[in-house]
Amino acid sequence: MSETQVRPEVREIVGAILLVSRQPVTVERLAQVFQQAADHGGGLAREYAEVGRAEIEAALAEISRALDAARIGLRLVEVAHGRRLESLPACGPWVRVHLERGRPQRLSQPALETLAIVAYRQPVTRAEIEAVRGVAVDQILRNLLDLQLIRVVGRSDLPGRPWLFGTTQRFLEHFGLNSLDDLPGVDELRRREISAPQAPAATAPAPPAAPDDPPAGGGDPS
Amino acid sequence: MPAPVPDYKVRLEVFEGPLDLLLYLIRKDEINIYDIPIERIASEYLQYVDMMRMLDLTIAGEFLVMAATLMMIKSRMLLPEEERAAEGEDPTEEEDPRWELVRRLVEYKKFKDAAQFLQQIEQERVDVFTRPDVAEAAPGAAAPPLPLGEVSIFDLLTAFQTALQRIGGEDLREIFAERFTVGEKIDQLLEQIRERGELSLTEMLLAMRSRHEMVVTFLAMLELIRLQQLVARQDTPFGEIVLQTAVA
Repeated sequence: MSETQVRPEVREIVGAILLVSRQPVTVERLAQVFQQAADHGGGLAREYAEVGRAEIEAALAEISRALDAARIGLRLVEVAHGRRLESLPACGPWVRVHLERGRPQRLSQPALETLAIVAYRQPVTRAEIEAVRGVAVDQILRNLLDLQLIRVVGRSDLPGRPWLFGTTQRFLEHFGLNSLDDLPGVDELRRREISAPQAPAATAPAPPAAPDDPPAGGGDPS
Repeated sequence: MPAPVPDYKVRLEVFEGPLDLLLYLIRKDEINIYDIPIERIASEYLQYVDMMRMLDLTIAGEFLVMAATLMMIKSRMLLPEEERAAEGEDPTEEEDPRWELVRRLVEYKKFKDAAQFLQQIEQERVDVFTRPDVAEAAPGAAAPPLPLGEVSIFDLLTAFQTALQRIGGEDLREIFAERFTVGEKIDQLLEQIRERGELSLTEMLLAMRSRHEMVVTFLAMLELIRLQQLVARQDTPFGEIVLQTAVA
């Protein structure tokens, strides 16, 4: 109801940033950009130093509406906690020809199942995944790591300190999810409290970017 | 375990596990998961495991563990209820011996459903494009090969079993004459399917003159699917399976 007033310049700047972003942009990031631009540039930029969340949100909403109304094959969506411009599905066949891409390869059933278990139960060890699936998942975990859909998020306190896996930002992007809460039945499928011996969470928030050796491959003697 | 064709070993990893097979059988026979006729399911389960071993598919040891579990449940079902509790267990817990298995199946089923949800939204995103990020642009980042496309290994085995039953006769395990090789059959199959566009699996198998030829052809088909030369398609659940060449 109480529409926040959006300055046209703010809308333009937000639109320009969305266009060039390779990853979903958060409202926080946009606010930060306005702030930093003012710090560095001074002058005109200073006028927009204090652009607040509300104005940014309103600008995003206006852009989204404008894109829909203009029918130019683009839309603005919320994904992975941010916003991103994407092409309309209806235009897919032509875009694919232009990009010279064949039918995209999709994940296999076992890969999707493994991914689902990681998504709902994270942080989760390989042994826990195997207990649910009833079959070894080494190779699949390795593939999912290569695809950057999952990552190592730490090590468990269990004997042998097995790796703990979790999903990535790219996982959310790949499936167009805004957050893990968008998965159906999250409450039911999340870890049951009964599994007491499992430590409350990842032990150390180990910088997951640099695991000291290849996780799935070397995770043999648990 | 007789290796049907010494010259050519098909290395098909069966990524599906014993729980998948059980769920498959439960669905196929329209069984209530909470009241599994253990005797019947156990014997069907063993048939499929036998078939996979006969075809010399690389199956996980977990299949054999599950076979043992099923046997154990079966034997405990035969006991009067008050004697079921195993030694060391609390005898007041008169649990149905099937319960632990049912719990695992139900839990796994939920994750299979979740996987289906993911598949569905992945499918919806096939036609959506964004500014490519770094990982997507990297050439080596293609998805892992799909082991079997749309049809599960168990569907293929069902078709194989049906065909075997129809052809009847000699015991498969006693065949040592090697008139056909997987290599030859691969060439034949490819040629046949290229000519005709597609081929029904049952039709293909029933055209065979012997069990031996049938096994070899089936292995050739599995190999072609693994190499992504062929795709197996099934338009209705448990329906006819059709083979066609994979479109790049």
